[in-house]
Amino acid sequence: MNNEYDVIIIGGGITGAGTARDCALRGLRVLLVERGDIADGATGRNHGLLHSGARYAVKDGESARECIAENRILRRIAPHCVEDTQGLFITLPEDEEAGYGLDYQQRFIQACRDAGISAEAMDPREAVRLEPSVNPRLIGAVKVPDGSVDPFKLCAANILDARLHGADILTYAEVQSLILEGSAVRGIRVRKRRSGETAEYRARVTVNAAGIWGQAIVRMAGAQISMFPAKGALLVFAHRVNHVVINRCRKSADGDILVPGDTVTVIGTTSTKIPFEDCDDLNVTPDEVALLLREGSQLCPTLASTRILRAYAGVRPLVAADNDPSGRNISRGIVCLDHATRDGIESFVTITGGKLMTYRLMAQMATDAVCDKLGVSEPCTTHTALLPPTVDNAFTAGTPDGELVCECENVTMGQIRSAIRNFDIHSLADLRRRTRVGMGTCQGTYCVRKAAAALAEAQGSPADARPLAEEYLGERWKGMMPVGWGDTLREMEFMQRVFKAGAPSTFK
Amino acid sequence: MQKRNISPNNFEQCVKCAICTDFCPVLKVLPSYPGPKHGGPDGERLRLKNALFFDSNLKYCLNCKRCEVACPSGVRIADIIHSARDRYGEDRPSLRDWMLANTDTMGTLASPFAPVVNGALGLGVTKSVLDGVMKIDHRRTFPKYAGRKFTTWFRREAEAAQAGYKKQVSYFHGCYVNYNYPQLGKDFVRVMNALGYGVRLLDKEKCCGVAMMSGGMFDAARRNAAVNLASVGAAASEGRLTLTTSSTCTLTMREEYPGVLGIDNEAVRDDIVLAVRFIFEAVERGEVQLAFKEGFRARAAYHVPCHMEKLGWSLFTRALMERIPGMELVPLESICCGIAGTYGFKKENYERSQRIGQPLFDNIAQVRPDFVVCECETCKWQIEMSTGVEVRNPISVLAEALDLEATAALNHQ
Repeated sequence: MNNEYDVIIIGGGITGAGTARDCALRGLRVLLVERGDIADGATGRNHGLLHSGARYAVKDGESARECIAENRILRRIAPHCVEDTQGLFITLPEDEEAGYGLDYQQRFIQACRDAGISAEAMDPREAVRLEPSVNPRLIGAVKVPDGSVDPFKLCAANILDARLHGADILTYAEVQSLILEGSAVRGIRVRKRRSGETAEYRARVTVNAAGIWGQAIVRMAGAQISMFPAKGALLVFAHRVNHVVINRCRKSADGDILVPGDTVTVIGTTSTKIPFEDCDDLNVTPDEVALLLREGSQLCPTLASTRILRAYAGVRPLVAADNDPSGRNISRGIVCLDHATRDGIESFVTITGGKLMTYRLMAQMATDAVCDKLGVSEPCTTHTALLPPTVDNAFTAGTPDGELVCECENVTMGQIRSAIRNFDIHSLADLRRRTRVGMGTCQGTYCVRKAAAALAEAQGSPADARPLAEEYLGERWKGMMPVGWGDTLREMEFMQRVFKAGAPSTFK
Repeated sequence: MQKRNISPNNFEQCVKCAICTDFCPVLKVLPSYPGPKHGGPDGERLRLKNALFFDSNLKYCLNCKRCEVACPSGVRIADIIHSARDRYGEDRPSLRDWMLANTDTMGTLASPFAPVVNGALGLGVTKSVLDGVMKIDHRRTFPKYAGRKFTTWFRREAEAAQAGYKKQVSYFHGCYVNYNYPQLGKDFVRVMNALGYGVRLLDKEKCCGVAMMSGGMFDAARRNAAVNLASVGAAASEGRLTLTTSSTCTLTMREEYPGVLGIDNEAVRDDIVLAVRFIFEAVERGEVQLAFKEGFRARAAYHVPCHMEKLGWSLFTRALMERIPGMELVPLESICCGIAGTYGFKKENYERSQRIGQPLFDNIAQVRPDFVVCECETCKWQIEMSTGVEVRNPISVLAEALDLEATAALNHQ
């Protein structure tokens, strides 16, 4: 790793990963720095919904058009990260009373079509046939091309492809300050969190893609941006309850999207403004759990009696419009700031706002801005260039690599080893984001020892398996606490009993 | 916060303790078998994500249900595996599977020609053909077909007298009693008559369906279930319980009809009872009296069939057998004998079947009993073939140990 780059990207979420990939594909020398693991912020804390754009069609046609365009692109470039589940927007009798009846449904369908989103009204009985778990009281349904997307895989695939095209990826390195020379940003000073060392990296352009934490990065450059952290809480149900995404056909509200993703179903989300100091330690409150359950049961009544695995929350990086720093006029759209024109700070770009769905477009906009500054005229190819697989999958049963580690999620020793080879893995949570190890019903109770032993051995310090396991179980425990009743409570008691000796601090 | 948190998806109650894995007899001899945890609750969750997660090795499940007995969370593991085979399995049943599964049809075809069929099934050349063509293992001893079916005997010899009893029960005899071993049915009728009960056949009786389920013919099993439940219901409406002598038929009708076939049997479930339990409880309540023969002496070993373990009723058999003066009953370690109905007849399962049962065979050899007591007909075939020790149903033991005339006198006052 040298210390001179064309571009440094701050942030290893989906936006940073996508930007690193786009820059690398256009031939730039790229460094991406991330203070933790890739995809451990907002990127990994959402529904995993492959929006069709229908949700935005009535209110924000531009977002809707962006979504459907990106939806089609992602299906093409990342088929291994996307599942074509289709989506339903349902109308319930109470929606009609609230003014979102079948008249609104017609408006909704028209708005979808105007945005280029196929939207097909369905007879309620036909909708029940398509998705048997849907609330049978529905009076109308519209089918749209929603899907689900695995944000961990998508982010990792972008990181891998960036690296395949020469990018350097530095995780667990926190930016402490920007190297400022005159009115220009010339690089970054980081502290490597594992070793405690500090280092300087210089680049001709620096991109701030740090999500909600990007406000602090802008401040380091001596400028201001008004961001408003909005917490969104979600619940994970223990198995796939629905096979089609279910939304409410009304004005967007809390808890009105139910997404089948991998082995589970996720309901979300809420939206609560929180102070910046809470962004690094989010807790889901009993009120949020109650609200999500209540709304979720409206979409799909069996949720009222379905085991909940855990609760989690992410932070949306909402940005106030520049002419309105009070935040009353908040944008959920993409914000790409060239600080040279905005603040007179050279060689510094902030890309923020937006959503998982539009990460590629955001990356393209940021990369265009970078190329513009560097005088590079390579065109963007990320809308056609396929993303690579992230972890090798095929391992033969009966071989050491075919041994199952996580039986809930069917994760093999080969996948674990492949993830450790391909990525900078320091904890079982890092390994989870690459392989799904410990994301299943028992939340790691069954597999944590095997996984911790494999990781500790790969790190050359087999004695460290125990702390790795304890740290992981502590993290799992935190997500189980807000939904700790019924079978999940039994699971927690079992976990606690099995790991009593040297239990994680949260257990004591 | 959730009003009910008991999900109808029973697999969610699994906490992944893996105790079931330790009790699976298949896993002990076939390491590539996914096992009850991974094939059951884990697998169900994965199959809901994608049907491709169905593992065809699940056909090696014995349905012994020892996983369910072991499970501290009440997960119906074997039902989940069985249902998955129904829903996702693509193996078409072969002619062999069809013949093994359709016990009624085969019994009806074979009974009139019993001497010929029995002789032929014992011949080396027949066994080679069955083995080579049908993949029914040549080392397996076939149960003999009876020349006269139980129902024929009953109608001609016993039925007329039954109306003379004030108390009445119905009898679900099952395929084995009807086609292979009418003596057990005769023993049952003699014992019940001595206890003061008249015995009636059901309006219509079909094979309980267990062999069909084992062979993957779930719809055929559903048709049989409908017939049997209607007959049991008709008997119940006239005040008759339906008694059985086979633990497997009993478990199938009580537990598998709802659990695997998805048929609601709630209304008649408790009207289906094993005769040993019925008799034990009647004795306990003082409703019937037993008079035993003088000088009965036997040293018997008790093998708990898997389905008896699942019913949780083996204590009734033990308690009843222990009431017999002169009976020394040695309980065997409760493990699967390996045959699992028609499973052990299939050539691909024979070796595994024998390896699963070996510890039981060793245990019996060590105990050296006069005979083995057991409520299951297929355990009987397996144990008799593998150890040479005779196996008797507890009802037959009772018929032999009771002084039937004295008993009848006690119960007819």
